[in-house]
This record gives sequence, structure tokens and C-alpha cells, in this order.
Amino acid sequence: MSYVDYIVRRGFQSIPVVFGLSVLIFVISRVIPGDPVRLALGPQASQQQVEKLRAEMGLDQPLPLQYVDWLAGVLQGDWGMSLRTNNNVLSDIVARLPATFELVVVTLFFAVLLAIPFGVVAGTNKDRWQDHLSRITALFGVSMPRFWVAIVLQIIFVVSLGLLPLSGRLSDGVVPPPAVTHLFLVDSLIAGQFGTFVDAAKHLVLPAFALGLATLAQVMRLIRSDMIDEQRKDYVLAARAYGLPNNLIEYKYMLRNAFTSSLTVIGLAFGFLLGNAFLVEIVFAWPGMARYGVQAILYQDFNSIVGITIVVGVGFVSANFVVDLLYGYIDPRVRLEEN
Amino acid sequence: MGDTLLEVRNLHVHFDTYDGVAEVINGVDFTIDEGETAALVGETGCGKSVTVKAIMGLLPAARIPEGEIVYKGQNMLNLSDAERHARRGREMSMIMQDPMTSLNPVLTVGEQMTDVLKWQGRRRLSVTEWVRDKLARTSDAEYRERAIEMLADVDISAPERVFDSYPVELSGGMRQRVLIAIAVLSEPDFLIADEPGTALDVTTEAKILDLLDELVEERDTSVLYITHDLGIAREVSDFINVMYAGEIVEQAPTSDLFADPQHPYTRGLLESIPTLSTGIGDGIEGHLPDYTDPPSACRFADRCPYAEPECREVYPYPRQTDDEHAIACHLFDGPPAHERHVDIAAEPVNIGRPPWKESSETNSESDAVADGGSIQ
Amino acid sequence: MATENTERIFDSNDTARQERIKQLKRGVQSFTQNKLSVIGLLMILTLVFAAIFAPYIAPYPEDAGPGVNYDQASQPPSLEHPMGTDTTGRDIFSRVLFGARLSLLMGIVVLSIAISIGVTLGLVAGYLGGKTNTVIMRTTDVFLAIPPTLLAMTVVAATGASLINVMIAIAFSWWSWYTRLVQGEVLSIKEDEFIESSRALGSGWFRTTFKEILPNVLSPITVKATLDMGFVILVGAGLSFLGLGAQPPTPTWGAMIAQGRNYVTSFWWIAVFPGLAISFAVLGFNFIGDGLRDVLDVEVN
Repeated sequence: MSYVDYIVRRGFQSIPVVFGLSVLIFVISRVIPGDPVRLALGPQASQQQVEKLRAEMGLDQPLPLQYVDWLAGVLQGDWGMSLRTNNNVLSDIVARLPATFELVVVTLFFAVLLAIPFGVVAGTNKDRWQDHLSRITALFGVSMPRFWVAIVLQIIFVVSLGLLPLSGRLSDGVVPPPAVTHLFLVDSLIAGQFGTFVDAAKHLVLPAFALGLATLAQVMRLIRSDMIDEQRKDYVLAARAYGLPNNLIEYKYMLRNAFTSSLTVIGLAFGFLLGNAFLVEIVFAWPGMARYGVQAILYQDFNSIVGITIVVGVGFVSANFVVDLLYGYIDPRVRLEEN
Repeated sequence: MGDTLLEVRNLHVHFDTYDGVAEVINGVDFTIDEGETAALVGETGCGKSVTVKAIMGLLPAARIPEGEIVYKGQNMLNLSDAERHARRGREMSMIMQDPMTSLNPVLTVGEQMTDVLKWQGRRRLSVTEWVRDKLARTSDAEYRERAIEMLADVDISAPERVFDSYPVELSGGMRQRVLIAIAVLSEPDFLIADEPGTALDVTTEAKILDLLDELVEERDTSVLYITHDLGIAREVSDFINVMYAGEIVEQAPTSDLFADPQHPYTRGLLESIPTLSTGIGDGIEGHLPDYTDPPSACRFADRCPYAEPECREVYPYPRQTDDEHAIACHLFDGPPAHERHVDIAAEPVNIGRPPWKESSETNSESDAVADGGSIQ
Repeated sequence: MATENTERIFDSNDTARQERIKQLKRGVQSFTQNKLSVIGLLMILTLVFAAIFAPYIAPYPEDAGPGVNYDQASQPPSLEHPMGTDTTGRDIFSRVLFGARLSLLMGIVVLSIAISIGVTLGLVAGYLGGKTNTVIMRTTDVFLAIPPTLLAMTVVAATGASLINVMIAIAFSWWSWYTRLVQGEVLSIKEDEFIESSRALGSGWFRTTFKEILPNVLSPITVKATLDMGFVILVGAGLSFLGLGAQPPTPTWGAMIAQGRNYVTSFWWIAVFPGLAISFAVLGFNFIGDGLRDVLDVEVN
């Protein structure tokens, strides 16, 4: 089938997953023990007030009805009110989503970009020093807590060396670029504000590194083992026998085959990063969705919790969708065999 | 035949394994002349692949403690990595065995052929060159034409379509033709054909062999066929080297070999070929020795119906029995086939004459065997 | 005929056991040859030793609690205080040692719960198959789709911040990995002749499970559990960093880092050393797990 058909097909398959996810999220959120209404009103509230608010929020309806109401609302853009900030949850999230998205995308991009050459070198030099070094580096990368790495980076690069900023997306006094995508890197380039671009980039360096170190380690090792598996394949022997350049064989012939399994992990990593960026966001006071989510959980603000989880869930599914797309592009067998 | 193109002398190839050193190739000698088609025949595991990979320089994990591989007068083992790489595909090329796995599945046939035409022989490709080439695109049409021409030469009826196809879209026979096309693209002087067609059905295999025959004739290429099938070797080659457990046990021009097969292993192989007159042959009992702990003398002794105690004590150096016929077996007499063995192998070990040369009855048996039977 | 088969079966059982013992010996050999694994083992042994004997090793054991010693407050690392002191004058080294107890305890408790539940469910699902299998596996899938930290955080937020709640919460999100692992193994072994013949002999499912299936599943579980010790400690640290774990003055590593974070610009050691301790522990488990994985030749995600 053609590539377009393949894309459409995969898109349709994602929908029931998102749907199932929404049900799950809803059920979990309603099942959390603890009384959010009391929390919002405080311990002094009378029973009457509690019941009034409960009715207002529709919390006295049977669950399935609540779900339907809720789903209808969600699709129309009404994600409920945050018990904590007293804003519309959707607007809360929309305000914060670009920050997290930008962080996660930049992190993933550089993690993968660096993981590829390191992984290829480790894989093609199995059991030699390059391989051992990569293994040890990967083990370290995966063992250090992200939030602690973030703090250490701050100590070294901000306090000690003064090279990079401590927190936030932009320095004090720097005006955000005119909002197009709400991604500062992109928007500042569009507006031609290179100073702002550099400032935003500087603010991204440490958080992205802290967040992405473990992912870099993981992906690097995966590419390494995939490359090792590819080495044994017949087409590699053939390519060598034909006298093709070694680096061409590694990067064009082997990597393309090896990469497909890494791609799945990268897709998963996107979802994982989205869901785990909060610790880094907290350390860097990053005005993102993840931090908002943590606060929501701590305050048992379930509308917000639900909203965040939807976004994370959809993000996850979308990431997998994109992975599927890339899969179909890189490996033609996947879409040719769909018949 | 012309001058000597390739001479393999006393080749030893060892591998380091967990269980010790595997002495896989144990002193292999053979020659291939210009324009000659020779065969390297032996069962799976006897070392045929290892030998040809050593010739091509595709064994990074192996050690070659002794021996020379002299191609066009130069010892390949003394050349640098880059120099060897430069010859691969251009001077000496290989037709891979398994068409189902030897083509990169994620690239089109055309892309793989173009890559070969553009970059063959270079050890490293710099990024700037690659980028420049991507941007240029002018010579791509030339390469495409040349590749399609080659695809047509290997009897592919719709070469443009195949050029743009992915390997998964092609049949096994087509893929094998593509492999041949790629191997011959740069007009190498020496071609190694690693059991071409064994992965395919017999009819297609026959067609592939015919095709190879044609191509080789046209271009006057020297070919080394790797095969486990003596019948095929007979069809395609002028000279046969029979290999067992990393050694050449018998070598002779094809007609001589079939007229008068001498080494017990060769005879065993021939008897295994099913014929109309003798029915399905018997295989040879037993299996290859453990390369990490090989016999110090004859490596075939444990499977040989004619083995004597001397066979397990004294190493059977190859001896010349005829003009171009050499055998490594104590049943045979003659001067050592190689200069370097003249002193060690001066005294032949006498274990009697080959039993099949005793009576006239056994003569007719050997005639039936020598007929070679039909290729099934 | 039946007796012949029976004898053959018993023979093959014995040879299988002998094979396993031989493999075990070989495994131990190659494990000790792997430098990283040995280093990891030493690291963890050090950690365990520190945890057990903390009250005797720590120079200022009373600092593990609510000690106040203002004249020693915020001292940089020195001979008396190898890791410095925090803002209330407590010796960080001593606190870190006591923190090791909490971390190890967390790892052991969480994994004990998670493995017991997970493996049992996996065995049941794989062995019984059919609808039971489907139900259990779908539930597992749902749990696997949610990032463990988030799930644990949600549970703790709902149930209240304490060490026990954190342990239960993490176990709650961790069991599903083991169910999936075990179920997969059971399914593939179920086809084996071994089991068929064992069942034919009349041994009940209990015997079959424990004698035939478990030994085969032991390898991947061991590797995963070793690696998980490290990851559970990481997740637990994250939760205590957020204030969701054992409450102060209990010296959990994560909480110590959270405290130290406020003084990053001046007293860097307060946040750095507990983190080093976490990294040390996790690294040790990862070294061992990595080595075990090579030795047992296992594929664990």
C-alpha cells in the first residue's frame, strides 16, 4: 500500500487507544480516596456548602453519567475548573504545555542525536575500549537521579562558573518573542530576534541535559546492541565484499536497519519524558505542565490531574503514531507487507 | 588458459574461540589461471567459505599465522587495509550465496547498485563528498543507465522496474540475478561464486548457472565456484579442488577427476550422488573433526574406510600422481606436490594400493561412479 | 512401554538438574571474571554493611534524628565532618549512612511485594490461560502504560506521606512488570514436552509450577530484580524529594537533597552528597545486574 494509506490506517488505529485511555483516566481520578470538595472549601465548611459544591461539580451523579458529561465537556474544550488555581483547567494547561513540549523535544532531539554516533562506534567496536567506555558512561547516566543531576549542574555551571542561567525559560528583562507556536526557540527565530534565541537556548541547556542524560544512555546502548546484531547479517558481508566504504556501510546500510527497534524506544521515551519532566522542571522553576501536574497531585486537584494525564496520554499515543510513520518510511517492508 | 591469476600458498587460518584456537584452514594450496573456472568442493563446514573470505580479506577476527595469497603477483596479506579494500569488488568480487538475505532490505536495488558504482573501493567516505554528491545529482542518470544495462545482461526482463524495486518485491531467482549483476558491475578479473543458486529451486539454479557461464565467457573472467555438489562442479568448472576439514585432499582437472577419482573422500562424495543406475548413494558416515582439537595426521582418517594406523600418525602431504593431479593420502605414491614438502615428505608411507585398483570388477564399479551420474 | 517412558523422564529430569548445576558453576565463574560485576558487588556489600552497622559506624549517630547543633551549622566537608553539616548542624555523613537503611529497606520491601504479587499473577495467568489470562494481562497492560513515578505519586498524595505509603505505592506500580515477564515465560515453556510428561505422570499444577516452570523463570527475574533495586531507590528518592516520603527529621536521601536545594548557591555539599549516595547505590545494583544479564544471557527490557 502507499505511504499515505499506511498513515491514515495507523491514525485510525490510534483513536480507540486514546478513547480507552480517557476512560481509564476518568475512572482512576474519580476513585482516588480523599474528599477534594472538602479540600477546596476548607475544614470549616458546613455540610450544606459541601453538598452544594458537590452538586455544582456534578460529583453526586452516578459514575457513567459523570463520564459522559465529562467526555462531552472535554471534547468541547471544557476541562473543568482547577480546584487549586480556580482557572479553567484547559487554559491552565495550554499556558504551560509549550514550555514542557519545547523542553522535551529539545531533550529528545539532542539525546538521540548524540546517542547515534556513540552507539554506532560502540557497536562496531565491540569489546574494545570504545565499547567499554560507552557501557560505563551509560551505566552512570542511568544511575544518577535526574533532579540531583539538575542540581549538580546548577552548582557547577551557574554558581561556580557563572556560564548559564539558574532557572526559568528566559532571563529577567528579556521579553518573550511574539507568540506563534509558543515555543521560544522557534518564535524568536521567526521574529528574527537572535538575542532572545540565544537567551532561550541558554536556558534550555542544563534542563535538557539533566532530563536527557538517562535517555541518551539508554538509546546509545540500544543502538549499540542493534548494530552488533546487524553486523552478523549477510547483506553486511555482501556490502563489504563489494568494496563499499566502511562508514557508508555503518551509517547508511546498517543503521537504517538497526534503527527501527531503537525507534520504538525513542517513541516510548517521548511519553516517558513528558511524564517525568516534572522533577527537572521543579529544580529549574520551569513554567511547564509537569510542574503544574505535580502540584495538582499534591493538592488532589483531580480536574487538573485528569487534564494533565489526558495530555500525557495523548502525547504518548501521538509519539507512537509518529514512530509508526517513521517506521513505515525507513523500512519499506512494513508498509508493503500491510497487504 | 593464461598466466596465473591467483595463487594460494600454504594458507593457514586460525580463530580464537572460548574453547581454544580453532585451526580451521590447515595449509591450503591452489592456483587459478586467467580465464580459468575452478571449483572448490566440500561439505558444509569444511572451510570453503573461510578460504574465500580470507582471499577477499573479509575475516577481521581471524589470524593468518602462515601462508600467502598472491593475486596478480602481489601478496594480499602484505597489503594495507586500504589497498585491500581498493581491490574488493573491482579486481575480485563475490556472488553471495543466499539471495534472500544478501541484499539490504531497506534500500532499492537501484540505490545499492548506484552506491557500488559511485563508491566502490574506497575505505572511507568523507561527509563533504557525500553531501556534494547528494546535491550534484548530475551523474545519477549515467549510473542508472549503466546499472539497468547490467540488469538486462543478467536476463532480467524489466530492468527499469527492478532497478526501482525493493528486494522484498522480487523473487528469489531475480534477487540472485541482481547479486550477480552487482558482482560483475565493475568487470572484476576474478569472481568468486559462493554456491549460487543453492537457495533456489533446481530449475532456477540451472538457469543461473547457465547465465553465469555466459557472462564469464563474454568477459573472460576467472571464476572460483564454491559448492558442495560435485555434479555442479563438473558442469561448470575446468579444475576441481576437493576440500575436507580445512585441507585440499585432491585436486585435478575436471575430466581427470571424474575419470580417475582417487582420494577416498572424493570417491565417497561421488558415490553419494544419486544415479539412475546405482540408485540413491550412501552418504559418508561420521562428521568433521573438531577444529580446536584436530587430528595431528590425516583429518579424514576417522571416516575413511581404508584407514590404517599410519594414517593417524604420519601427516599425508599432497603428492603429485599425474600432470595436474595431486592427492593427499597415504594410499598414493608420488613426489610431493609442493616444493616446501620435499624434505619432510620424501619417504612415502606405504599402506598398500588402493583397494579399488585391485581387480577388474572394482574397475567397472569405478567406471560407473566416474560417469558422475546425472545431477538430480 | 509406560515404564520405559517413565524411566526416560526421570533420567532427563536428573540430567537437567545436573546441567543446571554445571551452568551455575560456569555462571559464577564468568561473573567473577567481569570486573564491573565484582565492583558492583563490592559496592552493594559496602552499602549493606553501612546500613546494618550505621549506628556503630556513624561518627554522630544522634544526628540522624532531630539533632540541633547550631555552632556546627553549615560546615563544609572536613575531617570531622567528611560530608559537611547541614543548616542545623547535623553531620551529613552520619545521616547519609542512616539513609542507606531506608533506601535498602525500601528496595527490599517494594520488590518483595511487587515480585510476590507479580510473579503469582504471572504464573496464574500463564498456566490457566484463557479468560483468566486475558483479564490479568489487560490489567497489567493498563498499569504498564502509566509511568510508575506518576502512579506512585498519585497514590501517596491520596493516602498521605509516609515511608510505608511510599513503599506500597511504588510496589503498586511495579508488580505489572513481573507479571508480564513471568507470563511470557510460562507461555513459552508450557509447550515444552517436559511439562506435558510431568503432567502425564499425574503431578498436580503446584508441583509442575514449582519444579519445572519456576527454575526457568528464575534467571530473568533475578536480573530484573537486581536492576530494579536501583530503580526503586531512584523512584523513592524522587518521591521523598517532593516531600512525599518519610517526613523530617528522618534522613531519607531524597529529602536531604530537597533541603539542600535551597542552599545551592552557598552550601553545595548539603544537596550533593546524598545524591552521590543514591548514585552509588543505583550504580552498584546496575553493575551487578548488567553482569548478571551477560552471565545468564537474558533479555530483560
